[in-house]
Amino acid sequence: MEWYLDKSKPISPQICEQVCMRIALGEFVPGERLLSVRETAVAAGVNPNTVQHAYEKLAEAGIVYSQPGSGWYVSEDITQAKNTLKKLREEKTEAYFTAMNALGSSPEETKKYVEEWKI
Amino acid sequence: MSELLKCTGLTKKYGDVVALDNINLTLESGKIIGLLGPNGSGKTTLIKLINGLLTPDSGELTINGNHPGVETKKEVAYLPDNIYLNKWMTVKQIVNFFSDFYDDFRPELAYEMLEKLGIAPTHKLKTLSKGNKEKVCLILTMSRGAKLYVLDEPIAGVDPAARDYVISTIINNYNPDATVLISTHLISDIEQVLDEAIFIQNGQLTLHKTVESIREENGKSVDELFREVFRW
Repeated sequence: MEWYLDKSKPISPQICEQVCMRIALGEFVPGERLLSVRETAVAAGVNPNTVQHAYEKLAEAGIVYSQPGSGWYVSEDITQAKNTLKKLREEKTEAYFTAMNALGSSPEETKKYVEEWKI
Repeated sequence: MSELLKCTGLTKKYGDVVALDNINLTLESGKIIGLLGPNGSGKTTLIKLINGLLTPDSGELTINGNHPGVETKKEVAYLPDNIYLNKWMTVKQIVNFFSDFYDDFRPELAYEMLEKLGIAPTHKLKTLSKGNKEKVCLILTMSRGAKLYVLDEPIAGVDPAARDYVISTIINNYNPDATVLISTHLISDIEQVLDEAIFIQNGQLTLHKTVESIREENGKSVDELFREVFRW
């Protein structure tokens, strides 16, 4: 899997967000084993302690759980992961409206751009 | 999180030139640490002091409580910034040489990494390209089961694809009880794997922080902060 990391922001929360996103989108299903800390660190090219920290944060939030000696697994309840994805989407939307505002487009005008956007 | 390396008031002069000026530094085990500074800032001097190739003019440096010497050399794996192996030897002969020399050397690990890179053990070192020679040196260093790995400019001479390999080699062999100290000025290539960054300038320690806190406090990558701090 691909990781998109912005080096000018703390890496650990970005790993949390991207794991949440994949759980919310059903790429990782409840009960599925996540890649190990080391495998993830190699795949993303980041520090293993950073990944460890991210997994621990996800476990604190109940999004994943660890089985000592076996690894990290996706929790049954994926509400939190879905909430995180929703929050990320809202942030992106807000950022878009802000950027359009800086270009002189009012929220109403920006909405119109979105509606008329050819996909 | 035990104290692995400790420098107190460490100073090294070359004649009138102060290469390292009153360095106080403590490194814990279980970290990947970047030693970052412009050319001539004192990075290699510090590394040579850690390895006992230089002796301090004043101050003290200890590794696991010992001054650099026979005991610390068993625990420190050092990759110098130049190739020091006999070029007439084959890769296999060099692996055997390292096995004889270091109790903690793991030849099976060395062969596994060599195979992954497609470097045949039967080749003589002199027939390899510069980049491949450097990769052999890194593999030999990382094949030791050391407590402290000191890598002096491990990525300067290799192409970007090999850089990724070097970085994944460091992560793959990373052992939670060991610490890896990497000196480089190619920060953007390496900063994602670091726990901590040390900035050194004109022989003085100007910053020692976790990279996550640098990103958090400055909203900048380590590379961006470095360019700002060391602007001409």
